[in-house]
Order: sequence, then structure tokens, then C-alpha cells
Amino acid sequence: MAEVLVYVDHVDGAVRKPTLELLTLARRIGEPVAVHLGPNAEEAAKVLAEHGAVKVLAADVPEFAEYLVAPKVDALQAAYDAVSPAAVLLPSSAEGKEIGARLAVRIGSGIITDAVDLEAGDEGPVATQSVFAASYTTKSRVSKGTPVITVKPNSAAPEAAPAAGTVEPLAVTVADSSKGTKIVSRTPRESTGRPELTEAAIVVSGGRGVNGAENFPVIEALADSLGAAVGASRAAVDAGWYPHTNQVGQTGKSVSPQLYIAAGISGAIQHRAGMQTSKTIVAINKDAEAPIFDLVDYGVVGDLFDVVPALTEEVKTRKG
Amino acid sequence: MSLRIVVCVKYVPDATGDRHFAEDLTVDRDDVDGLLSELDEYAVEQALQIKEAADDAEITVLTVGPEDANDALRKALSMGADKAVHVEDDDLHGTDALGTSLVLAKAIEKTGYDLVVCGMASTDGTMGVLPALLAERLNVPQVTLLSEVSVADGKVTGRRDGDTASEQLEAALPAVVSVTDQSGEARYPSFKGIMAAKKKPVESLDLDDLDIDADEVGLDGAWTKVEDATERPARTAGTIVKDEGEGGKQLAEFLAGQKFI
Ligand SMILES: Cc1cc2nc3c(=O)[nH]c(=O)nc-3n(C[C@H](O)[C@H](O)[C@H](O)COP(=O)(O)OP(=O)(O)OC[C@H]3O[C@@H](n4cnc5c(N)ncnc54)[C@H](O)[C@@H]3O)c2cc1C
Ligand SMILES: Nc1ncnc2c1ncn2[C@@H]1O[C@H](COP(=O)(O)O)[C@@H](O)[C@H]1O
Repeated sequence: MAEVLVYVDHVDGAVRKPTLELLTLARRIGEPVAVHLGPNAEEAAKVLAEHGAVKVLAADVPEFAEYLVAPKVDALQAAYDAVSPAAVLLPSSAEGKEIGARLAVRIGSGIITDAVDLEAGDEGPVATQSVFAASYTTKSRVSKGTPVITVKPNSAAPEAAPAAGTVEPLAVTVADSSKGTKIVSRTPRESTGRPELTEAAIVVSGGRGVNGAENFPVIEALADSLGAAVGASRAAVDAGWYPHTNQVGQTGKSVSPQLYIAAGISGAIQHRAGMQTSKTIVAINKDAEAPIFDLVDYGVVGDLFDVVPALTEEVKTRKG
Repeated sequence: MSLRIVVCVKYVPDATGDRHFAEDLTVDRDDVDGLLSELDEYAVEQALQIKEAADDAEITVLTVGPEDANDALRKALSMGADKAVHVEDDDLHGTDALGTSLVLAKAIEKTGYDLVVCGMASTDGTMGVLPALLAERLNVPQVTLLSEVSVADGKVTGRRDGDTASEQLEAALPAVVSVTDQSGEARYPSFKGIMAAKKKPVESLDLDDLDIDADEVGLDGAWTKVEDATERPARTAGTIVKDEGEGGKQLAEFLAGQKFI
């Protein structure tokens, strides 16, 4: 069976959920071979094996942390040369897309980004994408070279499929030309203890209607009662009420949770672009004419400062 | 020596309009008004600020696109860019990201550059891969997704706010950068700027000028193929209630019914 390279997204060996989803999708096309760059491959390999990785190609050179993106492209290319895969899958993170793009140029292949589903096809894997702020669904495939495809988080449910997951060292030589962009310093983001926005099953977002940073705890309290991530519209972010890393929409994160709750958000096209593929959508807005209501499964026309705390209380009571 | 800046700008269908696919499954550009991609305005703005901070710099705006894409160039010129290059050729219709990067790279090399500035993503394709593709093709450093950028002493520095960390980056010129919408509001063209733009030179190039074979680009030469595009069915109308004191409870009821609580 053909092998499929899967680029592993991890934090110091802790594999992130989108990678497990990639392994699930990869098994529809062939045998997943994971590529782990950075520390703690042995630890990651356990989880990767449980989800179907037959092999884990591992490399850890200091250049991965010293220079932006390009050294990882050198490593992924080495894996590509070693395996001759039927496809290369990466997570649709900023870095995943950039690594995939540069690899595509090097191996003379086409690239598809932001797939939300993947199936095997007669002429190679077929990717489903959601375009024009999710108003269209397209099916595409790579027509030249080995398909390089980046996949959005929450595109598949990770499935257990135990495989060998043998760790094999991958020899990597970082080219001088890949050392052009120095990472001079790095400030890790502080963890909030809440789920990662793009991976969360539930997202609660606040917009301009939240009316101040001091009111965002109202949104956070609801999120915490549901075990949800917190999102924000660009208006709330631009006003300085919430960090940009939490922005949902075209120039923020694109989310596709089971449940999306929008409070005090009007539903501009650029916001919709980042949340319209959510399975269930709920909105609270005091303007009955707000476009967000066109999308909802359930909407409450009302003041969020009444409705959200009442909902939070009710959730807490029901959960006991 | 003058700092040569090339800003890549894309002409896109208005995102607030009703966007569709044409019969050949390329983006329908006839039914919707086009404009300079809003995210590329940030690139023009940062280029202008870099120029203002430099002793001597010249900004060329570059687009690959149909005849109307000239509008996007005019807008960038009226914001303050010095000259423009428009790559236009009937054989370019349907070109995908890899093909576009090939054309842009050749046009950038022909123009001559020390710094290439791109937007973070186009508002129609939203791939966000062009800057990385360009860096790979031009074989120069990639300094992308910057929310802060400056150029001094032959070096570009900037801050990249990623998912897990914020990184301070540095590269020697020549380099390719892209800037996010966090980099600072773009200026509006002044009346004087709009008048001046009319006299600024726009050079037109076709595939022959760039030594590119027609079969390397266009719909037939594309590295990817769209096989199907279906309009997403409108979401079925949901239940909407007015809060008369019970809104929170009713919502909880709905969420419980859907097994979220
Ligand atoms: C290139 C570009 C990229 C963009 N990218 C993004 C993006 O990534 N994400 C994004 O979100 N936006 C983005 N935008 C901005 C977008 O166009 C909107 O301006 C933005 O989404 C509006 O945010 P909002 O809904 O919070 O604010 P508004 O549109 O002002 O809506 C606020 C809503 O809150 C309601 N409200 C007020 N008070 C209350 C209350 N007490 N209780 C209940 N409801 C209340 C109001 O009725 C209103 O509907 C982008 C724009 C451009 C041009
Ligand atoms: N046809 C084009 N002409 C000029 N620049 C482009 C074109 N397409 C993309 N770009 C540039 O590349 C960036 C990223 O585009 P994309 O990868 O298509 O999302 C844009 O913000 C532009 O700066």
C-alpha cells in the first residue's frame, strides 16, 4: 500500500489533535508515515502509533528553533525523498501552509490548502474545501506531482487504529540558504487553561456588544461552564478588549466546532468566513435584524448581559 | 543606493458582494465589483512607512491579473507608490497559486528588488502561501506574517505573532516579507495622491516578456484542478426567540436538547 507522509504538529512532543485527525484521513489514502521534527519523538510516537502511524521519521536539529520555516522544509523534503509517498498532509496552521507551499515548489507538485475533508479518488486524493466565506463547497485534486494538502482542524474525528509506529531517525542537512531568517527571540504564549480555539468542541465568542475588556469575564464564565474556548470578533480585538490570538474570522482563526455561540456579534462576512462551518450556531444579539441570525440554529434577541449570565447559571445547575 | 521595494497586490472580487464561480470553475469576475484586496492595503502601507524611514527608496506595485486589475494598481499608486507593473496575458486565465508565484517571481526579478512586500493572504483565495512560494522561488529569506516590520542597515526585522509564541525575526536583504492586518491601518489616498497617480508609469508585461511558456500557467497548466463547486445550501431557518426574562433558560433548554449540556 502506498505511504502517506503526515507532518506532526506538536509542542515538545505533545501531539496536537489536528495531527491525529490527519492520521485518520491519511489512512483513507494509504499507510501513514509520520514526520516528527523537534524533541521527544519517542513520546510522540506512542500517540502516533495508536492512531495508525506505521513509522515515525524523527529529526531534531537546532536549526528548527533558530531559523524560520525553511529548515523544516529541508527535513520534510528529506522524508519525501526517503519514502516517495502518494501524498503529503500537513495541518492548516500558518506554519503548516508555508512548509507545504515550499515543499510543493521543490518537488514540482500542486498544493491544496484548508481542506475540510479528504477521500481517495481514481486520480488521487480529492479534497473538499469551503470557499468564499463558506458559501461554496468545492472538490479539488492536485493534477501535477505528489499531492501536498493542508487540512483544517476539526475536519475528521480521530480514530484509534493501532500500528507499529517504529521511530526511525531521519538524516537532515540544513542548507545554508535555509538559514536566512533568524529567530532572534521567542516569547511563548501564556496558557489560559482553556481548550485551543481551533480544536475546541465548543466556542463562545464576544463582539462589540460586550462593550469593554472589563465585561469579557461574562463571556469567559459561560465558556468555562461549557468547557469551551473563548473567541472574539475583530471589533472586540481592535478595541483592545481581547487578544488577537482569539480572533475568529478571515484574518483570525477559522473554527469549526460542534457548537458556536456568538454574543454581541453582528455577523459580518469576514467574521462568518471563520465560523460558518460550525455544526450548530447560536447567537445572542439585541438587534433582531443582525445578519448573524440568518445563520443560527437558535437565536435569542436580547441583551447579552441578561441572557449570557442566566444561561451560565442554568448550565451550571444542569451540570450539577 | 536606492532601496527597491516591490509590493505584490491582488485585484479581487468584493467580499461583501455575491461571489460565484464561472462555468469553467474559476472565480467569476464579471458579476461582482473588483477592488484592491483590503489585506494588500496593509502591505502598501508598510512599504510606504519603510520608504519614509529610508534615505532613498522606490516602491513598485506589481499585480498579475486581468485588465481591470489596473484599478488595484491605481489605488496603490494613489496611496503613494511610485510606479506599477501589470502582468496581463489571456493565457493566464485560471492560473493557480504555483503558477502565479512563478509569474510573480519572474516579474520581480525583471523589475529588480531588495525587498518584496506581500499581504498576509488574498481575500478571495485566502491561501496565504504566495509569500512563502515567492521566497522559495527567489531563493531569499522568508520573513512572513509580521505584525511589525522595519528595515535598516540592509536588514529587515519584524515580529511574528504565532499560535504558540511571538517571535522576533531578522534577515538580510534581499527578502520577502508579508504583513498582517495587525501591522497598522492603511492610509486613505489624498486628493493630491489620486491626481498624481494618473501620471505615474504603469508598465505592462505579458508571458513572452517574462520568458514563460503558456503551458506552464493558465487553467490547463495548473497544478491543481477544481472538479466541482456547489453553492452551500442556505442554513435552514433556526428558532429565534425574544428574551422576555426567560431567554437564558430557553437557550439552555435548546442546548440540553442537542446534548451539549
Ligand atoms: C479585510 C478585513 C478582514 C476582517 N477580518 C475579520 C475577522 O477576522 N474577524 C472579524 O470578526 N471581523 C473581521 N473584519 C471586520 C468585520 O467586517 C466587522 O467589522 C466585525 O466582524 C464586526 O464585529 P462585531 O460583530 O463585534 O461588531 P458590530 O458589527 O458592531 O456588531 C456588534 C453587535 O452587537 C450587538 N449588541 C450591542 N450591544 C449588545 C448587547 N448589550 N447585547 C446583545 N447584543 C448587543 C449589536 O446589535 C451588533 O449587532 C474584517 C474586515 C476586513 C475589511
Ligand atoms: N495575482 C496576484 N498578483 C499580485 N500579488 C498577488 C497575487 N496573488 C497573491 N498575491 C500576493 O500574495 C499574497 C498572499 O496571497 P495568497 O497566497 O493568494 O493568499 C497577497 O496578499 C498578495 O500580496
